[in-house]
Amino acid sequence: MTDRAYRAAPPGALRVEPLGELTAIFDRRSMQTHLVVSPMPEILAAMGAEACDVATLAARLAASFELDGEADVRPILAERLAELAATGLVERA
Amino acid sequence: MSAVRAFVDLLAARRDPGALVPRDWEGVIGVARSEAMLATLANRLADADLPPAVAALFADQRAAAQVAQRQALWEAEMARRALAPAGIEFVLLKGAAYAAAGMACAAGRQIGDLDILVLASDIRRAENALLNAGWEWVKSDPYDDHYYRAHMHELPPLIHKARDRMIDVHHTILPRTHRITPDALALISDAVTSNGGHAVLCPQDMAVHCAAHMLADGDLQGGLRNLWDFHTMTRDFAAADAGFWGKLDGRAALHGLQAAVHRAARLARDLYGATLPGGWDRQDPTDAWFRRRLLARDDWGRVTKPLLEQAFYIRSHWLRMPPAMLARHLWTKWRKR
Amino acid sequence: MRHSTRIAVGPVQFRIGSDWAGPVAALERLYAGYPEDDARPADATVRLFAARPWRRWLRPSVHIGGDFVVPDALPLPLSMGLLAAEMGMNLQVALGWRRHMLLHASAVAKDGRALIMSGESGSGKSTLAALLGEGGWRLMGDEFTLIDPAGGDAFAFPRAVSIKNEAIAEVSARVDAARLGPLLAGTPKGDIRHLIPRPDAIAAMHEPARPALLLFPRFGGETTIEPMGEGEAFVRLTEASTNYVALGEAGFAALTRLVRETPAFGISYPDSAAGIALVGQLWADAAT
Repeated sequence: MTDRAYRAAPPGALRVEPLGELTAIFDRRSMQTHLVVSPMPEILAAMGAEACDVATLAARLAASFELDGEADVRPILAERLAELAATGLVERA
Repeated sequence: MSAVRAFVDLLAARRDPGALVPRDWEGVIGVARSEAMLATLANRLADADLPPAVAALFADQRAAAQVAQRQALWEAEMARRALAPAGIEFVLLKGAAYAAAGMACAAGRQIGDLDILVLASDIRRAENALLNAGWEWVKSDPYDDHYYRAHMHELPPLIHKARDRMIDVHHTILPRTHRITPDALALISDAVTSNGGHAVLCPQDMAVHCAAHMLADGDLQGGLRNLWDFHTMTRDFAAADAGFWGKLDGRAALHGLQAAVHRAARLARDLYGATLPGGWDRQDPTDAWFRRRLLARDDWGRVTKPLLEQAFYIRSHWLRMPPAMLARHLWTKWRKR
Repeated sequence: MRHSTRIAVGPVQFRIGSDWAGPVAALERLYAGYPEDDARPADATVRLFAARPWRRWLRPSVHIGGDFVVPDALPLPLSMGLLAAEMGMNLQVALGWRRHMLLHASAVAKDGRALIMSGESGSGKSTLAALLGEGGWRLMGDEFTLIDPAGGDAFAFPRAVSIKNEAIAEVSARVDAARLGPLLAGTPKGDIRHLIPRPDAIAAMHEPARPALLLFPRFGGETTIEPMGEGEAFVRLTEASTNYVALGEAGFAALTRLVRETPAFGISYPDSAAGIALVGQLWADAAT
């Protein structure tokens, strides 16, 4: 499978409010509320302004978090990104 | 004073809102809600000096309409994200188009389903792309499904399973069975790009579609709102382009919808005070029926003259369907009860 | 319409029209003590009507209409006209009101601070609110609690309280019979009797109260108290709000603030006495 690239929402589009174990994200473009758990907020924060593929994202997350040993996180990240795209929070680049 | 008259007069700026007493407002608000136009009126009277309770209600309505409009435009954006990878282009229709283009009638306008127009040759692929992106069928009844596919100008409605919003995918602007067949290819090839980035019909086609939707396609339900759309868009298009009315005439002729467009213009003149150019500014005795139907609401917001309403329902079906097919359709509808 | 009346509950001014005199007379008795402002146009319209003219007399059945209608809603017999009016009023508020975030919750207040109780029907939230309202609390409402999106305050919607089934006997025993409506037996929602809130609760209906405690009651079973996290309270209140989505970011801001600033608990209780004791205990903790 090709490594699809995604683009995060533009700055100011999202309002992110941590609520204990959940994070509530309000998307000002859609007026929708999304309730997510880790690692969704971390993924969104790591995406940056440019289009970002799974390999880049995995590298960025590895730099700031201790990812689980040797396991390849890329298939998991690809799945999470596809879910975020379905909600509209990120977009296929 | 008739509430529906007062409501129309307020929109047309023929009546001083300061002259209304509380009971008048009550009727006006009830009628405006029944016509799904309370936020439209609220925007129209945004700068007027109003009783405090009315001003507060109208402020609520304006804010809520803004939220609803963002939500509606987001559906257009999600449709774009679903269809663009398949290379399918679409044209926004009706409320979402007016909002995307930032038109005057969009202020406070309620937007229901997302209506989009695609090339007839793209419709199967569009259906697949939407189904893959989370939309699903609303209708499961085989007769209705067949009816839509065989005779209507759209796919059976799809609803998004997460967002719970409907999309209507059209390939032309009138049912296939309608005796008039607009030029769908021209509608799409002459579409223009709105400020919001979405394609919308060119001004003339937009006005033609609005009139067709109101007079040739429907039973005049929501007619006051469609007529308000038609009135404000033709007014603004004509202000931007002195040749607009002439172009509209030609375009209406191309689509076979001259009669509907001219009638819409006359009704906009009669109800909302539109100024029409020569050639348009005529009298037609049958307009009286349409005016009566449009104004058939009492001070409690109820539709009055139900027989008149039913006559328009049968008439609208008559326009859409050849008689034998109409009989079969009404029979099936009746049997289902 | 043939018969009509006007009622103001909290910030909402209703006008109610009816094809029959009965429901209007019953409403006017229940709402006789509510303030009237004739100079104020109605925000919302309710219509109680007969589907066909002859159905005004022949097996009369009341259809509920208004600014907003529920398609295919079944009519009620004329003897339940008061319930039809109540359902019509609720519907207009639930679907039409935009000034506040609406929570499907009961509320009572003390010292300018509000206790908000959210739950399905049968959770006992109405009965608890009614009983607390007969004690040292101000009844704010048994069905809707309104949250001001700008300031976060709770506002009251003290309609006549809808007391159901077993609770009817319990509440009737404690109040003056003049404050009770007629018994509506065997309605689709069970037996119903309306309770007119105390005059001081009606007089104070425009006064805001600061949310201080959020409870999610469940009637039946052992007494339990479970602290609820901000996230879960947020989710449950979005489900309990009829206009959260329509308010956009204002609703989001109001709700995040509410769950962050207000301690929340899920509670179970076997009977009203235990419920009231639980409320007293949690309120004392929240107040310190």
